[in-house]
Amino acid sequence: MKRMTMINFMKGSVMKIHRLSRAYRCLSAEGGVRVFSSASGPRVCVVGGGPAGFYTAQQLLKARQDAIVDIYERLPVPFGLVRFGVAPDHPEVKNVINTFTQTAQHERCSFYGNVNVGKDVTIEELRRAYHAVVLSYGAEGNRSMKIPGEDLSGVFSAKDFVGWYNGLPSNKELCPDLSSETAVILGQGNVALDVARILLSPVDMLKETDITQNSLAVLAGSNVRRVLVVGRRGPLQIACTIKEVREMVNLPNTGADMLPSDFEGIAEALKDLPRPRKRLTELMMKAVKEGRDDKDQKCWGFRFFRSPVEVIAGADGRTATGIRLALNKLEGSGEGTRAVPTGQLEDLECGLIISSIGYKSFPIDPTVPFDPRRAIVPNAMGRVQDTTGLYCSGWVKRGPTGVIATTMNDSFDTARVLVQDMEAGEVDLSVNKPGAQAITALLRTRGVRTVLFPQWEKINAEEEKRGKSLGKPREKLLDVDEMLKIAWS
Amino acid sequence: MSACILRVFLQRAAVMRKAAQQTFSQTRMFPQCVTEINTHSRGINTFTSSLRAEEKVAIHFLNRDGKRISVKASIGDSLLDVVVNHDLDIDGFGACEGTLACSTCHLIFEEAVYKKLGPVSDEEMDMLDLAYGLTDTSRLGCQVCLRKELDGMILRVPDVISDARVDSEKESSTAPPKV
Ligand SMILES: Cc1cc2nc3c(=O)[nH]c(=O)nc-3n(C[C@H](O)[C@H](O)[C@H](O)COP(=O)(O)OP(=O)(O)OC[C@H]3O[C@@H](n4cnc5c(N)ncnc54)[C@H](O)[C@@H]3O)c2cc1C
Ligand SMILES: NC(=O)c1ccc[n+]([C@@H]2O[C@H](COP(=O)([O-])OP(=O)(O)OC[C@H]3O[C@@H](n4cnc5c(N)ncnc54)[C@H](OP(=O)(O)O)[C@@H]3O)[C@@H](O)[C@H]2O)c1
Ligand code: FES
Repeated sequence: MKRMTMINFMKGSVMKIHRLSRAYRCLSAEGGVRVFSSASGPRVCVVGGGPAGFYTAQQLLKARQDAIVDIYERLPVPFGLVRFGVAPDHPEVKNVINTFTQTAQHERCSFYGNVNVGKDVTIEELRRAYHAVVLSYGAEGNRSMKIPGEDLSGVFSAKDFVGWYNGLPSNKELCPDLSSETAVILGQGNVALDVARILLSPVDMLKETDITQNSLAVLAGSNVRRVLVVGRRGPLQIACTIKEVREMVNLPNTGADMLPSDFEGIAEALKDLPRPRKRLTELMMKAVKEGRDDKDQKCWGFRFFRSPVEVIAGADGRTATGIRLALNKLEGSGEGTRAVPTGQLEDLECGLIISSIGYKSFPIDPTVPFDPRRAIVPNAMGRVQDTTGLYCSGWVKRGPTGVIATTMNDSFDTARVLVQDMEAGEVDLSVNKPGAQAITALLRTRGVRTVLFPQWEKINAEEEKRGKSLGKPREKLLDVDEMLKIAWS
Repeated sequence: MSACILRVFLQRAAVMRKAAQQTFSQTRMFPQCVTEINTHSRGINTFTSSLRAEEKVAIHFLNRDGKRISVKASIGDSLLDVVVNHDLDIDGFGACEGTLACSTCHLIFEEAVYKKLGPVSDEEMDMLDLAYGLTDTSRLGCQVCLRKELDGMILRVPDVISDARVDSEKESSTAPPKV
């Protein structure tokens, strides 16, 4: 209890103190920016309140002392995947929320939650009301394996599974059946390892995080003892990073169940690898060598050179009982290394299958260009193709890869490009734009009521209060209507 | 706000971070040794800076824009503390607030100075491996604490432009700093 109070304290006031000087800088930096004749200064609209939206806004506010930035977010709650993606046992990653909160509280920034852009208001309407619009709406879909049986019961996308344990309102009913001993995760990125770790972590460790109570209850009754993380290519191409592998290696009462044959020839390749890949590979080889202890009640392991071809149905024809994998060999080298099927197949018995082969962005509005192949908004340095005044940042600009720091850097880049365009006259600042005044009026006529940042803070306080009584940093509200009720109370 | 009050506030923040890190190290199994290193340094920080605040060393940052920023900083402070306390204008520095979860505090040291810093924990190495423009003399600023021997050191802030085309005219600054 005491420990948790400490976390709450840290997450709130103290971090603000630590960051205070930075907020001052935002307000006071000279930045050498010319102030334009337009009476109100540039008005910029950011679509999406995740890391990309907040970092773009932060840089715009800093670079232009006269800019007014409004962030529109579909949900009543801000922070995107920092709230709904980042694993509950990684609270330190969520420290970025302190900086986002300062941005939202900046006198030239406003947050409008509960606005579904594309439905409640169109991009055209936003472009008319603002000098520039930045699309930062992330990647809310997932790639599909496109194999028979993908719809069987027992098969989930990692996006939904993560959304479920992190309290995403649309996933609250997921309730996965964890009665199977073996779980198979397809894909070997960091999301796959997040899911594997949540499935294998002792519930006693998870119960002090902000994981939702309902998923905690399901995990407490889980029978999953063995989690296999399957990749189509080899150890040298693995997508996850070393910190996450080390966490798997260090899981209590959990050993590594790997196939030494997957690592043939790898030792010889080590010396030519760049340091990060070399250290990651050495750690995996160490795990192979150490294997499983007799005392270990659970295990995890990578399976390489295997692509999913079919989910195998049980006698009822509805429930998954296994997965058929095609064995691969590698062709090509470096970045271009491809997996090619050898023609051999292998069946793995398992009752839980989680597909973690990547997220995917959707088009937001028919007037906005979209590249269906890459599933991004086509752009050059953040300038949306063929559309003056429209920009993009984050996963919708680059595709669904990269950590928060990557998203931060690319959002800063987009903001810099936008400021350059303002200064070069590419974005016309000579006309005044009404900004949020026009949009909120329009939303009102459509019966859409927004959630402002202080109203989110009411939700935040309620979540922290509910968490406190459970010894957790927060207990997330799962229901949008309940969020709205508290926000507007 | 006077510098003195701010300083006290920041020290409090450092203490609280220490407490928070200890908390995390209890709730989590793995980065024990990191948090130990870190909390240890925080201990020095608050102790030293409250009792012997006059003990300072000079540090020179070569920022991304090529500008040199020179500051006098307290012994015991981490380089993240230095950037925050002196309000240095380095975009995005210290996103995870010193908890070894982001690598945005990446700095490049002169070789001779790097050798004086001592061993790097596995956990710091793991995060460093994700840093842009990693070099053999890179460290994470939140894990490096000031000592007397480091007086006068020059640090380079690496470029982080994720799209090289934005800023192609600027020369890459991932090489170790030239003295
Ligand atoms: C499961 C998972 C775990 C991760 N863990 C880590 C980690 O530990 N460390 C790390 O550094 N990185 C992690 N990442 C990566 C990190 O989350 C991303 O780099 C980052 O969130 C991308 O930011 P974004 O703003 O582009 O997208 P998002 O975070 O998805 O934000 C997009 C926002 O736009 C909103 N939106 C969508 N559509 C609309 C609309 N029509 N109108 C208005 N708003 C809309 C969404 O609700 C959301 O709030 C993780 C990613 C995932 C998927
Ligand atoms: N702790 C953290 O820092 C953290 C946590 C979670 C997420 N993130 C970040 O968020 C980003 C997204 O993570 P992610 O795991 O979703 O994506 P990712 O890192 O891109 O991994 C996707 C995985 O799916 C595989 N894959 C893709 N298409 C496939 C197909 N058709 N068939 C079989 N396998 C396929 C990929 O294999 P190939 O390599 O062969 O394509 C890869 O193993 C990453 O940048 C990640 O680092 C970070
Ligand atoms: S501040 Fe995040 S790793 Fe140093």
